[in-house]
Amino acid sequence: MTSVPGDPSQPREVVLEAEDLRVWYGTERGPVRAVDRVSFDVRRGEILGLVGESGCGKSTLGRGLLGLLPDGAARDGALRFEGQDMLSMRPRDQYAMRGARLGMIFQEPLTRLNPLMRVSDHFTETLRAHEQGLSGAEVERRSLEALRVMGIPPTRYRAYPHEFSGGMRQRIMIALTLVLRPAFVVADEPTTALDVLVEAQIVRTLHDLRATYETAMLLITHNLGIVAEACDRVAVMYAGRIVEIGEAREVFARPRHSYTRELLRSTITLSTEGLEFIGGSPPDLSEPPPGCSFHPRCPDAMQICATRAPRARITDAGSRVSCWAADIADGAPVAADLSAEDRSPLTTEEVLVADEA
Amino acid sequence: MRPDQDPVIEVEDLAVHYRLQGGALARLLGLETRTVKALDGVSLQLGRGEVLGVVGESGSGKSTLGRAMLGLAPATAGSIRYRGHDDAEAQLVSAMSPRALRGLRTDVQMVFQDPGAALNPSMTIERAVGDPLVVHGLASGAELRRRVHEALERVGLSPVERFASKLPADLSGGQKQRAVIARAIIMGPQVLVADEPISMLDMSVRAKILQLMLDLKSDLGLTYLYITHDLASAKYFCDRIAIMYLGRVVEIGPTAEIFAAPRHPYTQALLAAVPDPDPTRMLPRDLPRGEVPDAAEPPSGCAFHPRCPAAFAPCGWEARDLRDQLERYWAGSGLADYESDARVVGDLGAVGTHRDGGLRISTRDPDAAAALLDRARAADVTDPFWRGVTGWRTESDGVRIDLAPGQEPRLRVAPGGEGRVEVACHLHDPSVSHADTPGP
Repeated sequence: MTSVPGDPSQPREVVLEAEDLRVWYGTERGPVRAVDRVSFDVRRGEILGLVGESGCGKSTLGRGLLGLLPDGAARDGALRFEGQDMLSMRPRDQYAMRGARLGMIFQEPLTRLNPLMRVSDHFTETLRAHEQGLSGAEVERRSLEALRVMGIPPTRYRAYPHEFSGGMRQRIMIALTLVLRPAFVVADEPTTALDVLVEAQIVRTLHDLRATYETAMLLITHNLGIVAEACDRVAVMYAGRIVEIGEAREVFARPRHSYTRELLRSTITLSTEGLEFIGGSPPDLSEPPPGCSFHPRCPDAMQICATRAPRARITDAGSRVSCWAADIADGAPVAADLSAEDRSPLTTEEVLVADEA
Repeated sequence: MRPDQDPVIEVEDLAVHYRLQGGALARLLGLETRTVKALDGVSLQLGRGEVLGVVGESGSGKSTLGRAMLGLAPATAGSIRYRGHDDAEAQLVSAMSPRALRGLRTDVQMVFQDPGAALNPSMTIERAVGDPLVVHGLASGAELRRRVHEALERVGLSPVERFASKLPADLSGGQKQRAVIARAIIMGPQVLVADEPISMLDMSVRAKILQLMLDLKSDLGLTYLYITHDLASAKYFCDRIAIMYLGRVVEIGPTAEIFAAPRHPYTQALLAAVPDPDPTRMLPRDLPRGEVPDAAEPPSGCAFHPRCPAAFAPCGWEARDLRDQLERYWAGSGLADYESDARVVGDLGAVGTHRDGGLRISTRDPDAAAALLDRARAADVTDPFWRGVTGWRTESDGVRIDLAPGQEPRLRVAPGGEGRVEVACHLHDPSVSHADTPGP
C-alpha cells in the first residue's frame, strides 16, 4: 500500500497505483514537469475524478498512465497496474495491455470511429484484435450486450457512425472500450462536446456502469459538477501535482486546500450569488514557483508558503492534502513548529486583472 | 422587459428557413427538397438596458436568432425592428440597404464563442481591436491609437503596452476574449449579442469575463442578448430568459420566475441536468431520453414530445415514436426477444402510417405483432407514448394502432405567472383536456 488512504468501507483491491510518478517533456526552454511526483491509487469499480484548470497536467497524467505519451516525454517514479511494474515493462508488452486491460475514452467520438466501417465492424475488429479465436456468434453476443448496457438498441448494430447522434457515438465509443472488459479506463473529458441533457445522461450511465463492469476509471474533467455527480473520489491537480485527494463528497463539502476552495468558489452554479475568481494564472511548468506552487495566487499565502513546499498530510476525514494553511487550520502537529514569521501573511505582488488562463 | 420601456429590438414572428440542397440528380428529377427551420415563429422584445438570455441546446436556433439581429441571417418571414434611440424611428432590419446595415452593425455588435477563431492570427491586438474603426472610416492616426488604448484599458488588458503589440497566439483564452470584447465595444454600440462568450474558457476564468461584461453594461449602458446553453450563468447574468427548442421559444419570462417555477418540461429538464458541485444534489434518474432531433424533420405536434417525461395524449404522436418505443423495449429486453420479434416486424421497416389515420404495422403475422405491442406496453406501461395510444386491433395484413389527435402548442401567457411568463405546452393550456395528464 502507498500513503493513499483506502476507505475502510470499500475493501476492494487496488487496480492501479502511482507513487511519486513524474512525467516531463523536453523543450527548448528546458524540461517541463507536467506531472510532478504524483501518488494515488484506483480500486476496482471506482471512479476517481481528476480536476484542475487547463495546463495543470490532467491530460498528461491520464495519457502517462497508459503509456500514450509523445516522443520526447519521459516517465519516472513507480506505476503498478495489477501488481505489474508498468515503467520497466517492454513497450510491446505495454502495447498488448492497452485495449485489453487498459482503456481510453476520448472527447470527440466522431474522430475515433471510422466512417466507412459499420458499428458491427468496429466491434468485430476490436474483439478479434485482442481476443483471438472468438466465434462470430460470440462476437455479436458480446457486442450487443455492451451496446445494450450503453442504451443503444440492437436494431442499430449494422449502422454507420454518421447515422448516429453525437451522444450515441460517445455511447458507442464507451461500449467499444468496455466490451474488452478492461480493468482500468481513462476517460478524458468524455462529455465536453455534448449537449447538456446528453451530458447528464452519459454521466449517469458512467456512474451506473461500475456495478456492471467493475472497471476502475480515471475521469478527467474541468467540470466540478460532473465529478460531484459521477465520482467516488476526486483528485485536485495544480501545477503538475495532486494538492488534495479524497472522497468526492468530503472534498466538495469541506475543501481543505486553498486551491480546491477557490476553484469551487469561482465555479458558476445555480446557487451563485456573487462572482468570485482566482487572480492570476497557473504557473509556467518549466519554472514553477518555489515552495507551494499556488502561493502567488493564494489568498491565504504565508511567508512559509513561498519557501517550503507543504508536506502531504492525511486528514481526519481520510483525505490527503498538501497545504500549510490547512495544516494550521486543522491543528496538525507540523503546524506547531511554524514560527510567527512563517505564519505572517505573504505580501503578494499586485496581480494584473488580465493575468488569467 | 419593463412595460415602460421601448424595446431596442423587436422580433416578430421571425422565421429563418434554410433549404437543404439535395444532390444534382434529385434537383433534376424535381424531388422534394428538405427545409431546416432554424427559426420558426419567434417573437420577443429586447428592452433597453436589459440582459435577455437565450438558452437552448444545439439546434435550438439560439445562434441564428443572434445572427439575425445583426442582419447576418436572412429572414424567411416575420420582422426584426431596430430602434437606435428612444426618439428614433424603428427600422426593419430585413429591409435595410447595405449602407444602413453597416450603420446597424456599429450599433449592434457581436461577441463570439471561440476567441481563438474570432481574432485574425496575424493581426496584433492593437490592429484587431482598432479594425472596426478603420473599416468604417471613423478614426485614424493618433485618434485611432487613443481609442484602441482606451478600449483595451476598459476590458482590463492593461498595462496596454504589454498587450497591444501581442499576437492572439501570445494571449491566454481569457485575454483573447477580452480583446474580442474590446473590439466589440470600440464602436460605442447600443447592443451586444454575446454568443456563448464564456463556454470555451476555463471554469476559473468564466466568472472574470462575466464580471467584465457586467461592468461594461453599467459603465456604457449596454443591452445584452446573452446566448448560452448554460443555465447557471444565465441565472446569475440575465434579467429575462427565453428557453428555445428546435427553432421556437418554448418558455420566456423574468429569470427569477423561470427558476423558481419552471413550467415547460424542457425547462425543468435543463434545470435538473445542470451538473452541480453541491454534494447533496444528485442528477435525477428521469432525465429526458434521446437527443435533439434532426431539424429538417422535426417531430409533429410539440417538438419536444418524444423526449418529454410529461407528454400526454395531444402532444403529436407519430410512427417514429412507435419505432423508438420498440427499440427501447428491445434495448431493455435482451437479445432473444429481439431476434424473434425482428422476424415479425423486420428492422422496423414495417412500422408506418395507416392510410385511415393512426399507425400501422404491416406483417404476415398480425397476432404476433399485437402480442409484441402488448409486451412492449406491459414492459413500460407508464411511458408517455402509451398515453397517446387509444387502442389497436389486428387487420388481415397487419395491426392498426389508433392515436389521439395531436396539435402544436402555442406560446401563451402562463396561469399564475402574473402575466409575465409565457409557455408553449399543452400542460399549461386550459383549453386542452387534461383527463390523462400525469400532473404538471
